[in-house]
Amino acid sequence: MADVYMPRDEAELAALVRGANAGGDPLEVCGFRSKRDAGRPIKPSAVVSTAKLSGITLYEPKELVISAKAGTPLHEIEAALAKHNQELAFEPADFSRIYSPDALAASIGAIAAMNISGPRRILRGAARDHLLGLRAVNGEGSAIKSGGRVMKNVTGVDLVRGLAGSWGTLSIFTELTFKVLPRAPESRTVIFLGLADEAATGVMSAAMGTPYEVSGTIHLHSALVGRLSDREIAPAKTALTALRLEGAPQSLAYRVEKLRREIAPFGDTYELDQQRSWEFWADIRSRAFLSKDFERPLWRITIAPSKAALIVRALSAFFEVNAAYEWSGGLLWLELPPSADASVTEVRRVVAEFEADSMLMRAPKAVRSSIEVFHPLPFAKMKIVQALKTSFDPAGVLNPGRMYAGV
Amino acid sequence: MSLIQMPKADAMVIGRRQAIVGGLSRALGQGTLVSDDGGLRAFETDALTAYRTVPMAAVLPRSTDEVSRVLKFCSENRIKAVARGAGTSLCGGALPAEDSIVIGLSRMNRILDVNFLDRTATVEAGITNLGISNAVGAARFFYAPDPSSQFACTIGGNIAMNSGGAHCLKYGVTANNVLKVKMVLMNGEIVELGGDYLDPQGYDLLGLATGSEGQFGIVTEVTVRILRQAEGARPMLIGFGSAESAGACVSAIIADGLIPVAIEFMDKLAIEVCDDFAKAGYPRDAGAMLIVEVEGSANEIEEQIQSVKEIASRFEPTAMRVSQSEEESAAIWKGRKSAFGAVGRISDYYCMDGVIPLGKLAEVLKQVEDAGKKHQLKILNIFHAGDGNLHPLILYNANNEREKHAAEECGAELLKLCVDAGGCLTGEHGVGIEKRDLMRYQYTDSDLIQQMRVKAAFDPQWLLNAGKVFPLDLQTRFAAEALEKHG
Repeated sequence: MADVYMPRDEAELAALVRGANAGGDPLEVCGFRSKRDAGRPIKPSAVVSTAKLSGITLYEPKELVISAKAGTPLHEIEAALAKHNQELAFEPADFSRIYSPDALAASIGAIAAMNISGPRRILRGAARDHLLGLRAVNGEGSAIKSGGRVMKNVTGVDLVRGLAGSWGTLSIFTELTFKVLPRAPESRTVIFLGLADEAATGVMSAAMGTPYEVSGTIHLHSALVGRLSDREIAPAKTALTALRLEGAPQSLAYRVEKLRREIAPFGDTYELDQQRSWEFWADIRSRAFLSKDFERPLWRITIAPSKAALIVRALSAFFEVNAAYEWSGGLLWLELPPSADASVTEVRRVVAEFEADSMLMRAPKAVRSSIEVFHPLPFAKMKIVQALKTSFDPAGVLNPGRMYAGV
Repeated sequence: MSLIQMPKADAMVIGRRQAIVGGLSRALGQGTLVSDDGGLRAFETDALTAYRTVPMAAVLPRSTDEVSRVLKFCSENRIKAVARGAGTSLCGGALPAEDSIVIGLSRMNRILDVNFLDRTATVEAGITNLGISNAVGAARFFYAPDPSSQFACTIGGNIAMNSGGAHCLKYGVTANNVLKVKMVLMNGEIVELGGDYLDPQGYDLLGLATGSEGQFGIVTEVTVRILRQAEGARPMLIGFGSAESAGACVSAIIADGLIPVAIEFMDKLAIEVCDDFAKAGYPRDAGAMLIVEVEGSANEIEEQIQSVKEIASRFEPTAMRVSQSEEESAAIWKGRKSAFGAVGRISDYYCMDGVIPLGKLAEVLKQVEDAGKKHQLKILNIFHAGDGNLHPLILYNANNEREKHAAEECGAELLKLCVDAGGCLTGEHGVGIEKRDLMRYQYTDSDLIQQMRVKAAFDPQWLLNAGKVFPLDLQTRFAAEALEKHG
């Protein structure tokens, strides 16, 4: 096991990175290592954790803004926001179930580093859309800042967006500032049972095309429904399609009724009341519908929603596919049968045909070492990716190879 | 004005002008080449009209391939290129240099695809912002970011500046509403950034390129998200005795957890000027006014309006009027959206774009007033209050040298006030040449150098929209290094 460093402030972290940069020693960058099994495996000389860069540094509920050091646990931030009836509106998903159920909670740094959003992303935007500003240390050990605490900012190159989702390969976050929003007082869910995939993506897209502000959509194959905690839904042994609406009671009742009327042609609908709706989406957010079996490869596919059912059908010609359609089908979670290569050849061939994006979200280490985990890029784009890496981390010491070989 | 210096033009390049024009002509197919003095005048400035420079030539390509061939030719011959949409930049973003050529995208303005199921529209970069909403309006969809210049400004320009607008309070800015672009790099390579879907994994090159002010590449095609219109929307006008009360009311509305679709602020002078122009029925006796727009079903609108009224009543409003008809709503917004034009009828002005934390609104407005008094200039305030994005318009007479200098000095002071308050230099207009020399007030050199290295990852030769955004001394250093490395 490599040495683990937990710097206590930005200066200490910067000094550590400067040392690594001078010696060309690769560092694994992490918060609490809850997602150490994601991405390509790397061989670091040392592990650097932001766990001790912790605490909320600014919270102005009246200005809808919160700042915290990168190693602050997500649940700590959510608890502080809940006291003021506020939340991170992108509803960060919890991946602990698919990686290691016993792992520590995610840090806010990991949420930004992997751009982790949840079901409400489809209405309110992604993690990176809510990230207003950050401080970080680049691969040379220089402290940099970008953005700020205000809602609009186009001053210079938007490093905030560039660093969100860069998996610690460009810089190490030290402090992040997010926009927050008021929490909707109530939630309702409209469900369909037994819809075929094509009909389900149709109804989800139709719902998103109404003015009723649907704040979550999901369609689950029957094998995934059984893993949910709702006692009536779980044993249904049929596919389930769900649409969420949130808001104040009066407006909510009106919108639910209008929505149900508009999507009635797709079949019978059922309504989950406040408590059941809340619990259902807590399950979706914590990925309760996914298998804990680490041997089963889990693919994350992003695609135009209208093509989602088609790509699942095309892949089903090769093997059994358990699919979850999030974001009205724009985000697919595909569980495949265990195999030595996560069925990469078939998956990537079909994904290319449908002009989609793929990532192997989970697979045993040996599989992730032998194939490209992130979607392979065309040559011209790969050159930019390499140049971008060099622009932040010329010696290649931050999470080298975590995303792409040589980056 | 003369405070802002431009990089020294390269006489050697200008000396090759005839050969360059010939090369551009060969690179173009259906596109148009402009090289006569009269024709080139059309490209000498943008909406920051105090600065004018005639470029060596301008090309108006018709296809991505033509843009690619033109840029490849420029790259091989080390010629600077400036992309231009409709030329509505308020910060000199489309201002050419003497030794540059202009690539105008106005002829590439087609809608390529609309997909209501996926809620996307794919368009060429030269289409106007409003052109997109108009194309999908019959199906009751719209493209959300709405800069005040939306009838003229292009989506390509919006991406260059990451433009905002009044309704961004609810729907976000350009970066939050673009899914994919086709972009031509300086060496002529064509890349697609993003996809027809949300959040692909990998570096967010699209996010980096959005707001890069034409320095990363030239966008020729764009896929945007389109959204379903709300069932209804209604603005209301609230007049206050003073700017401070209006500012405090804005903070209270947001603090209450109510997020209207827009909150716009106008001070006394702005109310008069805009009402003269649009006859919108603004409360002319008020010291300041808010336009608050809410949307939803009839009941939801009614409920939100009641909440806004209740909050506003704590700040001694002098007038409250809810729009009663589509016509009235249109007039209210016409007054706001034509504000800059209306001010232009009475005076030259210099438009600022700083952003501040909402809690500082009342305090900063007072400081703005004081700065105007100090420089003996009238300042008119009209801005997107809900997100703290100020637009002080400093009025001056362009024929008066003292006023010209005072206006620029006063502008710089106002922007520094915004940074000091915890905000930033620009919320939606961009840096361009206008705020370039203030960048060090907001950023350290290591922040700026990191940004410039990212820019160089896309344009290693430093030929795209040179002389903008970053302090000139740093640009000179990077350009010299680039010359050594890339020839």
